[in-house]
Amino acid sequence: MLQGQKSGGTTLDEVSSASKIESNNGLPHWFVDAQAEASREFAAEPYPSRKDEHWRFSSVKNLDGATSLARPAADLGARPTFEPTLDRAFPEPAGRIIFVNDQLVSCELLDDSLNERGVVFLPLEQALKVRPDLLEAHFMAQPPRLGSKKFAALHKASVKAGTVLYLPPSLVVDAPFEVFHVVTGENLAVFPHTLIIADKESQVTFLDHFVSTDGQAKGFACGVNDLVLRPGSRLSYINVQDWSRQFVSVQVNSTVAEEQSSAVNLSMNFGGRYSRLESISRLAGAGARSDMLAVSIAGADQEFDQRTLQDHLQPNTTSDLLYKNALSDNARTVFSGLIKVERGAHRTDAYQKVRNLLLSDESEANSMPGLEILADDVRCTHGATSGQVEPEELFYLLSRGIPQLKAKGLIVNGFLNEVVDRLSSEDIKTYLRGQITDRLRG
Amino acid sequence: MSTANNTIEIDRSVGDFHFDIKSARDAGTGLTESTIDYIVDAKQEPDWIREFRKNAFQIFKDKPLPTHWASHELDAIDFDKIRYYLASGEAAKRSWEEVPDEIKQTFERLGIPESERKFLAGVEAQFDSEAVYSNIKKAVSDQGVIFVGSTEGLKQHPEIFRKWFGKVIPTGDNKFSALNSAVFSGGSFIYVPPGVKVKHPLQAYFRINAENFGQFERTLIIADEGAELMYMEGCTAPKFTTATLHSAVVELVAMPGAKIQYVTVQNWSPNVFNLVTKRGMAMEEAEIKWIDCNIGSRLTMKYPGVVLKGRKARGEVISIALAGDGQHQDTGAKMIHAADETTSNIVSKSISVGKGRATYRGLVHVPKHLKGCKNNTECDALLINAHSRTDTYPAITVRGTGNATQHEASVSQISAEQIFYMQQRGLSEGQAMSLAVNGFVNDLVRQFPMEYSVELKRLIDLEMEGSVG
Repeated sequence: MLQGQKSGGTTLDEVSSASKIESNNGLPHWFVDAQAEASREFAAEPYPSRKDEHWRFSSVKNLDGATSLARPAADLGARPTFEPTLDRAFPEPAGRIIFVNDQLVSCELLDDSLNERGVVFLPLEQALKVRPDLLEAHFMAQPPRLGSKKFAALHKASVKAGTVLYLPPSLVVDAPFEVFHVVTGENLAVFPHTLIIADKESQVTFLDHFVSTDGQAKGFACGVNDLVLRPGSRLSYINVQDWSRQFVSVQVNSTVAEEQSSAVNLSMNFGGRYSRLESISRLAGAGARSDMLAVSIAGADQEFDQRTLQDHLQPNTTSDLLYKNALSDNARTVFSGLIKVERGAHRTDAYQKVRNLLLSDESEANSMPGLEILADDVRCTHGATSGQVEPEELFYLLSRGIPQLKAKGLIVNGFLNEVVDRLSSEDIKTYLRGQITDRLRG
Repeated sequence: MSTANNTIEIDRSVGDFHFDIKSARDAGTGLTESTIDYIVDAKQEPDWIREFRKNAFQIFKDKPLPTHWASHELDAIDFDKIRYYLASGEAAKRSWEEVPDEIKQTFERLGIPESERKFLAGVEAQFDSEAVYSNIKKAVSDQGVIFVGSTEGLKQHPEIFRKWFGKVIPTGDNKFSALNSAVFSGGSFIYVPPGVKVKHPLQAYFRINAENFGQFERTLIIADEGAELMYMEGCTAPKFTTATLHSAVVELVAMPGAKIQYVTVQNWSPNVFNLVTKRGMAMEEAEIKWIDCNIGSRLTMKYPGVVLKGRKARGEVISIALAGDGQHQDTGAKMIHAADETTSNIVSKSISVGKGRATYRGLVHVPKHLKGCKNNTECDALLINAHSRTDTYPAITVRGTGNATQHEASVSQISAEQIFYMQQRGLSEGQAMSLAVNGFVNDLVRQFPMEYSVELKRLIDLEMEGSVG
């Protein structure tokens, strides 16, 4: 292992030259082999280039720098004594796991009965030992198809801190499960992983938090979250990204929705300097539905680079995407979305909408909404708009005595809240609206 | 053909020259420096063009095919097997009997006059339209309008030609604009003096007939201040050709307050790669409108663009694409906003029939510090059969607070209710289908000149036949 050889730790580019995992710590062989293979793949894959359609308009140079500077946080060794303040936690979750610098700090299931009823809510390393069957079937089973092959390989090779949630058939859990990935320190790299399997007819909500304790510390996050929806299940996954303003992050999401299941995937993007989000929904069973949502508040020099794919494989499937960006200062956003209707996926109903609200003269919004339709009996539409606060709306508020700055804030708030309103749970909606208001105030 | 020499005022020297040396020298297939020398010598062009062509040839060789985003079908082009310069005398090498039956039937259905059919089928090198051409030419030249071939333009009007040639579309814009710049021949050069509004639509159809269908047409149109012009190229009849690669470059310049409308109806036979670069530059308060209809070819890649260079300039692209079996219509539009208060509008409708594939690719760019720019993009696709395919890939960049863009696209099919409704009223399923398709594109078809829109409707009927069931 390289990590013991150098006092300064290993940078990510060096990781690939060494096998990451000691085979003696009880991990299954297939997993150890997969990580070794992923190390080789990371080394072999080239860094993204802007000439690649998947990286068009992206500031790819951010990625070269980040991977050569940061070192895996987990290599710091000792378990952090640091106890994060969770002032943005959900009031009453069903369970909560906290990682600091990719090390497990706590894992609690607040409702004991859930354990008895067959819920698995465990850190990845433990889940690999307890439920290797689940992991072998689902761990990174979906290929990254939106450009981040190299980073998915890096994640696979390096992942330590992850969560596995399994919901047994027909179980409905109202309160959300909540996981915190906290980074504290400079030039660290983390690899948050989330795998959720909602078995037949089950219902669950999951909140992932990405937090930096220092708002200006440099760092790199390379995360993967996989959502598996068995027939008839309902899963809401919400991801609140609040890395430091100097963070570079790549997040690869994949959702597979089987027959009659319904997935909601919401990304709340607040932090980071360059944040790449790739999100794929595979409508793999007849009657499946996927709602893909995102709220991004982009200020200063932030860049949000979002790529999505709505992949319709079976008939009678529905997908609905709504991404909203509010841009101020020198912020930049890239949205590239594709609706793909495969041959035979008739009676597909797919919708995709990206809306950019430009609040400064220096901000820039790039939109590439795409369609690839190979079946004929479909209804697919997409729309992209870019505009600014309407003078009439502003005037309306000003004439009621609301000061300009506050009035603008209200309009932006209303613009973004439309996304949150797509969720069904009132508790979660209230909670997320508070998060947006917080960030707009800050 | 040399007998026509005395009676009309067009440049026949190209054809004549080539006619003479046909047996002695031939450009042959493949592209090398000597092919370019051959073209320049044959056309007796000035040295700056020789240099321009050779420079372009170098760029063409250096540039890779754009298959990282475009169709891999491009790999099927064998550049070594292509004839890059076909002179008039050599194009016709087929007899009427060899023309495929479908083509003949299409002529029949479209009502193309007997005399024109042979020309369109490539049986005769030219169709006797000199009279029409010279009439039009006389009418417009009274107003000071220059309407000649590109070769004639660069020789006789270098002071205007050189100023704008290759300025709207630089040689290195893409691999195929470089190829065109290296081997171009044919196409039109038009200059409309300030304030002149050309009443007649100028039709390339007549002029090109008098020469030869160009594989690598090069057209440059300049409308001076306040001038207005409508230009039409192509025709609804299928153009039958053995040349498999067509790559034109069309540059438009609209000086302040000028208006240019450029109408294209493309119906190449289904073995043709049609890879075209078209772009206009609109100065202050000028307006450029591309009206584009693509029906033929195996693969068409064409994204007419407007660079909105002056304040309040306006650009518009109206596009219809019909992709039948084995066809890929890869069309779209580019709008580059480069001044305040510029507006652009893109409306694209495509129909995919059988195994056809229609693609929309768009680019809208609104850079920093501009105020009051607006873009509207709409693209609608209609899918007729289970194996039809359609794609939409727009790219929109907006900076700053003073601008607004909106893009909308939809994909749908003709509803069973619509068809049922019409069948109830006695229409056959096929008739109902073509009525529905014609309804889908009707608002765009109406923007075409009348004779084109009538033919377009017939053509859609024809293409829709047998597409159901």
